[in-house]
Order: sequence, then C-alpha cells, then structure tokens
Amino acid sequence: MTEPLLQVAGLSKRFGGVVAADAIALDIPAGECHAIIGPNGAGKTTLIGLLAGEPAPERGSIRFDGRDITALPVHSRSQLGLARSFQITSLFTDFTALDNVALAVQAHAGHSFRFWRDARGEAALRLPAREALDRVGLAARADTRVDRLSHGEQRQLEIAMALATQPRLLLLDEPMAGLGSDESARIVAMLRQLKGSLTMVLVEHDMETVFALADRITVLVYGRVIASGEPAAVRADAAVREAYLGEQDARQDLHHG
Amino acid sequence: MKAALKLFRVSLPASWLAPRTALPVAVLIILGLVPIYTAVTGDAFMLTLFGRIVILSIAALSLNLIMGYGGMASFGHAAYLGIGGYAVGILWKEGIASGFVQWPVAIAVSALFALAVGALSLRTRGVYFIMITLAFAQMVYYVAQGLDRYGGDDGLTIGSRSRFAGIVDIGNATQLYYFCFALLLASLFLISRLVNSRFGLVIQGTRSNERRMRAIGFSTFRYKLVCFVIAGALCGLSGALLANHTNFISPSMMFWTRSGDLMVMVILGGLGTLFGPVLGAVTYLLLEEALSRVTEYPGLFLGPTLLLVAIFLHGGIQSLFGAPRRD
Amino acid sequence: MLYFIEQCLNGVQLGMLLFLLAAGLTLIFGIMDLVNLAHGSLYMLGAYFAATFAAATDSFVLGALLALAATAVCGMVLEVIAIRPLYRRSHLDHVLGTFGLLLFFNELVRLIWGPAGMTLSLPSAMLSAVQIIPGVYYPLYRLVIILVALAVAALLYLLVMRTRLGMLIRAGASNREMVGALGVNIKLLYTLVFGLGATLAGFAGLMQAPILTVQIGMGENILILAFVVIIIGGIGSIRGAFVAAIVVGLIDTLGRAFLPDVLRSMLSTNAALTLAPAISSMSIYMLMAAVLVFRPEGLFPAASR
Repeated sequence: MTEPLLQVAGLSKRFGGVVAADAIALDIPAGECHAIIGPNGAGKTTLIGLLAGEPAPERGSIRFDGRDITALPVHSRSQLGLARSFQITSLFTDFTALDNVALAVQAHAGHSFRFWRDARGEAALRLPAREALDRVGLAARADTRVDRLSHGEQRQLEIAMALATQPRLLLLDEPMAGLGSDESARIVAMLRQLKGSLTMVLVEHDMETVFALADRITVLVYGRVIASGEPAAVRADAAVREAYLGEQDARQDLHHG
Repeated sequence: MKAALKLFRVSLPASWLAPRTALPVAVLIILGLVPIYTAVTGDAFMLTLFGRIVILSIAALSLNLIMGYGGMASFGHAAYLGIGGYAVGILWKEGIASGFVQWPVAIAVSALFALAVGALSLRTRGVYFIMITLAFAQMVYYVAQGLDRYGGDDGLTIGSRSRFAGIVDIGNATQLYYFCFALLLASLFLISRLVNSRFGLVIQGTRSNERRMRAIGFSTFRYKLVCFVIAGALCGLSGALLANHTNFISPSMMFWTRSGDLMVMVILGGLGTLFGPVLGAVTYLLLEEALSRVTEYPGLFLGPTLLLVAIFLHGGIQSLFGAPRRD
Repeated sequence: MLYFIEQCLNGVQLGMLLFLLAAGLTLIFGIMDLVNLAHGSLYMLGAYFAATFAAATDSFVLGALLALAATAVCGMVLEVIAIRPLYRRSHLDHVLGTFGLLLFFNELVRLIWGPAGMTLSLPSAMLSAVQIIPGVYYPLYRLVIILVALAVAALLYLLVMRTRLGMLIRAGASNREMVGALGVNIKLLYTLVFGLGATLAGFAGLMQAPILTVQIGMGENILILAFVVIIIGGIGSIRGAFVAAIVVGLIDTLGRAFLPDVLRSMLSTNAALTLAPAISSMSIYMLMAAVLVFRPEGLFPAASR
C-alpha cells in the first residue's frame, strides 16, 4: 500500500478571533479527485491556501509525496508539483493569454537568468503554452490581452496556467465560478479526462459537478471536517445533510425554479 | 530597416516599427547632432547641457528598469550616481587616473551597494520600500559628507578625466559627448534585449502580479534582487560619466532630491516604456533650463507642472503623443 | 558623565521634534494613504512665519501662535487645492506631485523672504540655563521644547483616543470606505487631518528655529529622519512614532557625540578620523536596517490596511 500523495494532519489556522481551519486531517492518494465542500465561510479557500503555502499554518503538518512541506514557501511547493488556481482570478492583466501561460511554462523550464534571447520566440515555451490554452478551449484568444477577456475566459485561463506547470497535484478553488453552463461543461469534461493522471483537490459549490467528478468528498463547516468519504456515504450522512446539503438543496431549488 | 534587423537576428516587438517610434528616433538624431551644432556655432554650453542630459538619461534608463518594468519604486537611486562618481574621484585623488580601473570599480561598488540595500529592502513593498531606499541613499550622502579627505561637504574637483590609454580621449569635450552617447545607445539596446528575455518577463510578471508569479513557481525575490543590482551598476556607470563630465564630485550628487529628479524623469517619460526615460530626462532638464532663463524662480512653474502631470497625465508625456497606456 | 546627560537630553529634544514631524506624516499616510514629500515645506513655513510674526509683533509667543494659525490655514488650503486630486492616484504620483510642491515652496519662500534665511531670537527670559540635577545645567529653552512637545503628544493622544474626531481618525485608518458609507464627510475629515499634520510640522519648525535654523530647504534634511522614524515605528502608528522618535533622536545625538571617540580608541587614528563622523551619522540607518530584518512592518504596526 503506497503512501497517499497528500497527507494533512492537525492543520490549524486562525485569523484574529476566527478559526478558519481546525485540526484538519486529509489523506489523498495519487490519482484521486477529492472535493471539498461546505457552506460559505467554512474555510475552504483557507485550506487551499494552506496547502499551497500561503498563509502558514499555526499547527499541523502537510506531507506531499512523502516529504514534509509544511515550512516550504509557495514557489518551492510549485516546483515540487503542486499547482493552484485562484478563486478570485489572479492573472497578469497587462499580458496576453499566451504570455500568461508561457510564464507558467517558463517557471518549470529551467532557470530564468537568461538576459538576451527573446523569450516570446522560444518554441519550448510557446508550444506547450498553446497546447494548454487549446485544452481549455482558449486557443483562439491566445493573443488577446487578459483585461480584454471575458470573465469566463479568464477563469479558463486560470486553469490553463495551473495545468501548464505540469503539476502532480492540482488545487482548484471554485474553478467554474462565474462560468456559463457550456463553459462549465467543457471544463468538467476536461477535468474528467485528467482524472487518474493527475491528483485533484477541488473546492466546488455545484453539487452536480461534485458528484460527477469526485472520488471522495470532505465536508468542512467552520473550519472543521465533519465528514469525509465516498460521495454516497457523505450524501447520506445526517450531520452533513443538516449542516450543508439542506442549505444546498434550497439553493438549487431557487436556481432551477 | 526590417531587413537590416533580420540580418542581425534581432527580434523587436512589432510596436517598434510603428509611427510612434518617430519621436524617439527624432530625439536620438537631435542628440547625435549636438556636437556638430556646437562646432558650427561655437556654443559650448549646448554641448555641456546635452552631455548632462545624455548621462542622466542613462541613469533614468536604469531606474526605469526597476521602477517601470519591475515595479520597484526606489527613491534612492541617486546614491549610485554618487558612488560611481566618488569611485572615479577617490581613485583619481589616490593617483589612479586610468578609466580601465576607475570605471569597473565604480560599477562594482555600485553593484555591491545595490546588493546590500536590495537584500534588506526588497522584502518590503509599496511605501515602505520607497522610504527605505530613500533612507539608505541618504546614509551614503552623510558618509560622503564625512569624508574630509575627499572634500567633505564642499566636494572635490577632479583634475583630469579618466584615461583610456589613448584609445579615446575624453578630456576632449566632443569625444566625451559621443562616448556618452554611444553608451546611451548601447544601454537602450541592452535593455531592450533584457526586458524581453526570460529574465525580463519574470521581472515584468512580478510587477504585474507577484503573488501569481510565486504560485506558478518563481522565487521572485531572487530575480528582483538581480534586477536591482543591474540597475544599480548601470547607474554607477552613469555616475562615473557624470564625474568626468563636471570634473567635480560632491555629496549633493546623491542628496535625496536628486533621486526625486530621477524619479520625475522616469514618470514623466512614461513608466515601463523603453524610450520613456530618455524623453523624460530631455523634457525635465530642458524645461528646467528654459525656465531658469525666463524667470528667476523656475521652481514656481516647474513644481506645479509636476503636480499637474501627476494629477492628469496617466502615462507620462508619451500619452500626449498617443502612445498606448501601459496600465 | 555630565556631558552624557546633556547629550541624552539633546537626544530627547531632537526626538521630540522628530515626533512632531513624524506624527503628522504618519497620520496623513495612515488615514489618507498619501505619501507627502512636501511635509518638510510646512515645517519650513512654520519657522518662517514665526520669524516674521515675532519680528512684527515683537513677541516670541505671539509670533509663534500666529505662525501656528498661518501654517494650519496654509496646510488646509493646500489640501483642498493640490492634495485632494492626488488621493485617487498611485503612490508614485503622490511622490511626483508632492515633490513638485516641495520645489514650488522652496522657490516661493525664496521669492517672499529672499535667499538669505532668517533668525528668530528667543525672549531674554528663555536664554538662561536651568539646573536640573545638582551640577548639571541645561538650556531652559531646550527643556521647554521637550516639555511642550510632550504636552502636544499628550493632547494628540487625547484627541485620537477620546474625541469624536479621533474616533473618526482611527476608523478612517482601518477602513476608509466604511467611514464614508456611514455618512461622515470624508473630505472635511481629510482636510482637518492634513491641517493637523501641517500644524504639527509647523510647530516643530518654529520650535527649533531659535536654536537651529530658518532657511530654504531646511525641511529636506529632517524629513528624511522623520521617514526613518515612521519606518521604525510603523507607518500609521502614532505610538510607534513616539517611541521611534525618541530612540532615533537618542541614537543620532549620542552617536555623533560619542562614537568618534569610541572609534578613535579602537582604530588607528587616521582611519578613525576619516571614518568616525561618517559611521556615527550612519547609526540610525543601521538601526533601521536591523528593524527591517526582524520586524519589517515596524515596531508598532497600525492595524489592518
């Protein structure tokens, strides 16, 4: 039995008086798609942040691929194979989509203390970048400046950038936020394709997506794990129904009604 | 022109060949013709004035590298002018007049100082960074004031310009001017390569969104520090040129208001554009000169002009000429 | 030993002046998020106004009071005309704009008062020395500076902690939009805060005028020290500015007074003679560097932002 790719134990973080993470424990084997769900303010984004490297936890440990990364800074975790997409789009707005993704490729293509050669002419950077854009469906917008892309396209770019770093673990924070149903479907299809070859931690609100993609689900409420397991079990868990799914059903009724 | 560039395998951003480049080209041509004008009219003052403009353009280019492209607003850049100048002056005073020793020392000491200041300051951001760089530069000012052997507060007159074993005699005003002009052109060229290289893109990306840069795997501190050192070194060279140009060094070269002058030139010319700093230096220094001829109180007009630029022009004066706004 | 006590008091006195300057600067930055390079110009105006009014009324105190009023008015007018449009711009634009104001004021002062500078003499009552502890005499006026500045610090504390204006100031420092949304007249608040900062700066300027200088560009040297103070103390924190100002004042004064001799006894005379004054003037920057390494936000960073 191999060690899980990601092992989280006793992870805690508080901001002033608010407990954002309370002794969180997770074990995620390689290749799994693991969804994190919970009501607003449950600490899902904080957890993604803790896994990615900012903020630093107060207590607890994170092991990635058998190695303790708790004290590693953000960029080192990325170099180890952890990639993150942001809930609130965080891109290089005055560059083109292609430039954005190419930078992500560049970060993992050797050092960047090269002062002469035009980086925009480096096929080793541009080709993988175009491929990544193609995979999320943005090939046609490669040469458009980010601040001229639609919100949905920017969300797609977020994912393309995370993918371009050739990660082993992908941390996706509400990747479909703000996307229309077509665009969402496309992303879901893409993520489904990646399942198995990539390990994913997915924060998501839309329960249909969660149940379609997730191998296992963890439910967070006020920073604490109240349930964790296979989708069917979580769905049936009484505590979860009360704390979250009840609220979720009500929202979905509004949504479909 | 395009064919010539292709010949040298130089790839420029397409924007270089737009009509907007007419202004920089015109300015460069004018700068290149100044010594000829002086030879014809006998007006040596123009040579001196424009020599200063060319030298400070190089300093402004170096500041734009970290400020415009890198987003690091350093308010202590004049320190390198002083360090470079004092390297030349101190070595001359101690009997070493060879430019082959003086100038590398000027550049090396500037680079070392930039390394030290950068290592301490680059962990801070925004206003903290502005003030910290300001304070460190002022520290160098006070150190220079305390160097009685080299003139202290009164400064030091340098008896002879840097010697280059007969290869070029910068004791001759025209040769010095063209030497500086050549260095300006070289700086423009090297910076244009630098900002489009891998390194340059990292620097620009860090300015744009440092958090994202770290998230995709860049150790941004390292790159910012190297950029800071490069800028310091280039400005140190500019300081060595300045010392030669004026045959004089004094602590006032690095008083913090001088750093302010440099910042003004960079902002005025358009942050983060290749030629902006040169335009800014030309505009600011000519404006200063013109105003001091017209009135006994040039600051009364220069000051409010800067204020108006700060309030209304979001892209420096290049935006007056239709250049696209960077932000 | 006596010399040491005297230098300590000088250090505290310098610290008090720095505090007055830094408090205004840090308030303006903390609340309006504005980098104000022209703060030294208000310091300069305070000194010039005091010298002018004192000569006109033949009274130091009356001159000082009029100067305070004049500086406050100048500060508020400046805020409305020149500073307001800068708020929405970037910090770099603040630097550019207030740098322009600095040039403008230097020139304006030269136009109105001439290039030579002025003097402000103390009333004869203040010219004596006071025996503070047996055997140690200290100039009365310098003592007055320390005491008056402490009083101002206390008043400032009361203002910020106990009054409605102070509450708005503290609220504005942590959440500008909220304060605006609550219906407070933000514009007026900003003008008042800027005026307060200007008055403090002018006060520092006029207090030091009799013992130091009244000349063009006088603000530029001390403004740098004020920046060091607020970096060490933490931008936005008045308490931090107070502590840091005293520390900076002490270190700078004691450093200049004692370091040269200490260095001379440690190094050979030639090297020491050259380096000593340079190193002693570096001492506060060393302190600043040390603070940066261990606590980059300053000793008492103001909440949020």
